[in-house]
Amino acid sequence: MSGPTMPLWEVFIRSRNGLAHKHVGSLHAADATLAVQAARDLYTRRNEGTSIWVVPSSAITASDPNDKGMMFEPAESKVYRHPTFYDIPDDVGHM
Amino acid sequence: MQTGSITVADQPLLRFVLQRADDALVLGHRLSEWNGKAPLMEEEMALSNMALDLIGQARALYTYAGEVEGVGRDEDAYAYLRDERAYLNVLLVEQPNGDFAVTIVRQMLYAAFIEPYWQRLMASTDATLAAIAAKAQKEAAYHLRHSAEWVIRLGDGTDESHRRAQDALDLLWPFTGELFEVSDAERSLLASGVAVDPAPLRAVWRETVSRVVADATLTLPADGWMQRGGREGRHSEYLGHLLTDLQYLQRSHPGATW
Repeated sequence: MSGPTMPLWEVFIRSRNGLAHKHVGSLHAADATLAVQAARDLYTRRNEGTSIWVVPSSAITASDPNDKGMMFEPAESKVYRHPTFYDIPDDVGHM
Repeated sequence: MQTGSITVADQPLLRFVLQRADDALVLGHRLSEWNGKAPLMEEEMALSNMALDLIGQARALYTYAGEVEGVGRDEDAYAYLRDERAYLNVLLVEQPNGDFAVTIVRQMLYAAFIEPYWQRLMASTDATLAAIAAKAQKEAAYHLRHSAEWVIRLGDGTDESHRRAQDALDLLWPFTGELFEVSDAERSLLASGVAVDPAPLRAVWRETVSRVVADATLTLPADGWMQRGGREGRHSEYLGHLLTDLQYLQRSHPGATW
């Protein structure tokens, strides 16, 4: 069921404190309140999360797949941007 | 494993535990009947989740009933081998699913009662019941939130959803009085603090339901004749059909396991 009364929402779940909310999928719901509840019922059944964000899919502006070459390929040759030339101390934890 | 129906001992604590367990199992079974048929996929999961919460509560309570009775019966014996007249659930929870409005209004009416009930039973002098109540209270709080939000949207939605929600409320209202009845078994457990008196919860329940109904632009039905009898095993015509479905496998293939 979709259409104007059942818009699409993108769901973001934070699995535990200190981590970022991560996109897990989408769902249809009449409004934001029911979208959070549906997200809880669909995406946290197996202890996946401690926090939920929902965002109307229509609020997301995405890059154009046709622009892939100009958008992303220039980064491929810049290996020096990866922090792989030094060791991260274990104490730092998640970065 | 025994194949015929069992008769359970007439013991207050056992009867009390079975009352609570039967409410949970029968309502959980009703919700599970939506599997594959819910109006939208998101709500199918929500109904299944609530069903699993309720069946989980029933399992814990039946297991405890087995300890209380002490004749070696497990949760399956109480669920699958008792006849209709031995079931002690209130009539509200066995009422058919009807349309989505009936299901969600039934859920709201029950959750608005059982959430504060579990809250109070958490202080039971019976440690097992207190622990079961603590787990069930959180589940019931979500059931209440979810069903109340839906009632509000159905009532304050389209002309058709408003009509269906009001019809559901009017249909189920006569079954709400039984929630606050004190059974003989329950009464004998009040003094020791094992059970809690459901009667004073009526005011809390009414406040919750009135707020939801008002937000939903629905009309609260007048309190008239109230249906009763479930706590003594006198059920509506629907429970027997439900049990034939629920008990079929164990009755036909006694002791069948996965």
